[in-house]
Amino acid sequence: MPRTDVMKQKGLTLVDAINEALEQEMTRDERVVILGEDVGANGGVFRVTEGLQKIFGKDRVIDTPLAESGIMGTAIGLAMAGMRPIPEIQFDGFLGPAYDQLTNHAARYRTRTRGAITIPLTVRVPVGGGIHAPELHSDSPEAIYAHTPGLKVVMPCTPVDAKGLLTAAIRDPDPVVFFEPKRVYRSFREEVPEEEYTIPIGHAKVVSEGTDLTVVTWGASVFECLAAIDKLPEDVSIELIDLRTIYPIDLDTIVQSVQKTGRCVIVHEAPKTSGFGAEISSLIQEHCFLYLKAPVQRVAGFDTVMPYYKLELDYLPDAKRIAESVTQTLAY
Amino acid sequence: MPRKSVYKAEIEHIQVMDENGVIDAAQSRNTLSDEEILELFKFMQQCRQLDEIAFKLQRSGRMGTYPQNKGQEAAAIGTAYAAKKGQDFLVPCYRENAALFMHGLPMHYVLLHWMGDERGNQIPEGVQQLPLCIPIGTQMLHATGIAWAFKMRKEPKVALTYFGDGATSEGDFHEAMNFASVFQVPLVFICQNNQWAISVPRESQMRSKTVAQKALAYDMPTYQVDGNDLLAVYKIAKECVDRARGGGGPSFIEAVTYRLADHTTADDARRYRDPKEVDMWLGRDPLIRLRKYLETKDLWDETKQKTHEEKCKAIVSEVVKTAEGIEKPSFDDIFDYTFAAINPELERQKRTARTSSLGQDPTQVGLTAAAEMANGK
Ligand SMILES: Cc1ncc(C[n+]2csc(CCOP(=O)(O)OP(=O)(O)O)c2C)c(N)n1
Ligand SMILES: [Mg+2]
Repeated sequence: MPRTDVMKQKGLTLVDAINEALEQEMTRDERVVILGEDVGANGGVFRVTEGLQKIFGKDRVIDTPLAESGIMGTAIGLAMAGMRPIPEIQFDGFLGPAYDQLTNHAARYRTRTRGAITIPLTVRVPVGGGIHAPELHSDSPEAIYAHTPGLKVVMPCTPVDAKGLLTAAIRDPDPVVFFEPKRVYRSFREEVPEEEYTIPIGHAKVVSEGTDLTVVTWGASVFECLAAIDKLPEDVSIELIDLRTIYPIDLDTIVQSVQKTGRCVIVHEAPKTSGFGAEISSLIQEHCFLYLKAPVQRVAGFDTVMPYYKLELDYLPDAKRIAESVTQTLAY
Repeated sequence: MPRKSVYKAEIEHIQVMDENGVIDAAQSRNTLSDEEILELFKFMQQCRQLDEIAFKLQRSGRMGTYPQNKGQEAAAIGTAYAAKKGQDFLVPCYRENAALFMHGLPMHYVLLHWMGDERGNQIPEGVQQLPLCIPIGTQMLHATGIAWAFKMRKEPKVALTYFGDGATSEGDFHEAMNFASVFQVPLVFICQNNQWAISVPRESQMRSKTVAQKALAYDMPTYQVDGNDLLAVYKIAKECVDRARGGGGPSFIEAVTYRLADHTTADDARRYRDPKEVDMWLGRDPLIRLRKYLETKDLWDETKQKTHEEKCKAIVSEVVKTAEGIEKPSFDDIFDYTFAAINPELERQKRTARTSSLGQDPTQVGLTAAAEMANGK
């Protein structure tokens, strides 16, 4: 992970880029409001909403009572009534109380009213492990929401992608779950266009092109995969795909790549069983069957509760595990 | 039809010992003896010492995020002392360490928890309490269930559950209150109203003038006490515990206190909180008034203080040594507690430390080259 000289790098961190997207969208569209725990004076526990309450006031950057179902449920109401709410859930593990509102209401309203009532909201959630946080501050629940019809699920890992995808999410007519990999919130900077722009939801990014094997991943794991690729012999040619959007999945990019390479390793922090890797593996089997030279492999979190931090690095897929799996798959 | 009042209520505020350590004689009946006050004061200092050291451990990179308890010890100790150790059951959040210690939790457990080690939650046999609870406002339902079980089995036990002012905004809080009330379970709800939920002040968290009044909706006996006054907390808690044990159902205590430290070591309260407010509350520290009281009774002086401080330091440094001496848990621990019996896929993951099929089984059909590589050829 390019962690060392963040201070010297130019440009924006992931946190800065998200903050900039929020500011620009709030400026552009008066209907946009932010609501959540500690998002106001405190600027959010990760400072993602830093300074926004000063600019837009307490009526648009709203510190709510401590109640996730309340945050999500009222955001749904706001959206129904023509606002563009951006609820923040403080950590992945605290989506629990909001789950009912998000999946049983936000996700279903367009369908159950046959389009009469729609829910254009973007829920922002820091996600994933690796920061030595307490319990329930390190989970990766993206598959749960990808499995909920009616929700779009996004997880960018670079400042440029985050700004563009968040802007697209806010303008999207449907509910979007916007996961922010907290491990890379401040791990590097990148030049980000100053003006507003969108990156369409549903498009993966080929981070590096290659011919021997495809690695599909998303979130902070992208950087573990880059580190793994660095460990491989020079003559091995890996195509690395950052999914960026979990749902709707960019089937074409994956299929094109795997038809070219014939081998695929999928990497994610969430537990393996019923993780989103399972879906990708299935799609590859369906669409690339005769192209495959090796079984599709999943390097994922174990099927256990995310351990407390003493063991979290033993749990999370790291460069070593990824490189080993790539090597085995290449040798198959 | 004339309108008529169908419900009237008021909330009492109870203080026994004021900030200067002066006791209200009328109120002080059924509270604590001077010997008890002295012992609890000494214990409170020991807990404070641990709290300060825990903070330093985090700052020096020897522990993860830690939420300081500083300033709230009277609420924890006064309530826990009213309950019977080894019999009654404590259901905490994370800002009442002193209550847990009083009921038998070895002090290093709390450090271990914040050092990122689940064994800090592995409550020793016989200690009647749940581990710290991270999702806000969820544990009061468990307390209700536990107390309900006591009632079902006709056991003379009471549960006590702790939570913050912020937690009373969660839906689960209200569900717990309603269940406890409907089923009249032997439970005491203890809200440590420390005025803040991270950066959100109590007045923005709720429009209610008191937290205690929330219990009126569930027709529970409810009180607001000076949470920094050990005697007041104890007096009311004892009433509530006794009533619950006698089949009188749940009660609610709002302990008005203050979070003297940042929310956690990951927080910087200067961003949102007026330091003058903190200064004002510093003077209301429960330790100060207890010391003043004991000094006027000639039960305490500077020499005793010095000796006791040394003793607390020695105890706490042993606690730290114990916590830091515990080695990293084994990798197998990640798997071994998922279920009573491990299943085949988990077993494979545990044995190979891999989730990829080739990683789990280098002899998988078709895999010759990789098998050789795995065998180091
Ligand atoms: C369900 C849930 N939402 C959010 C959080 C993040 N969080 C941790 S502590 C806290 C504030 C708690 O305030 P309060 O209940 O008053 O307790 P205090 O920390 O003041 O003791 C928040 C929002 C959490 N742990 N759980
Ligand atoms: Mg509080």
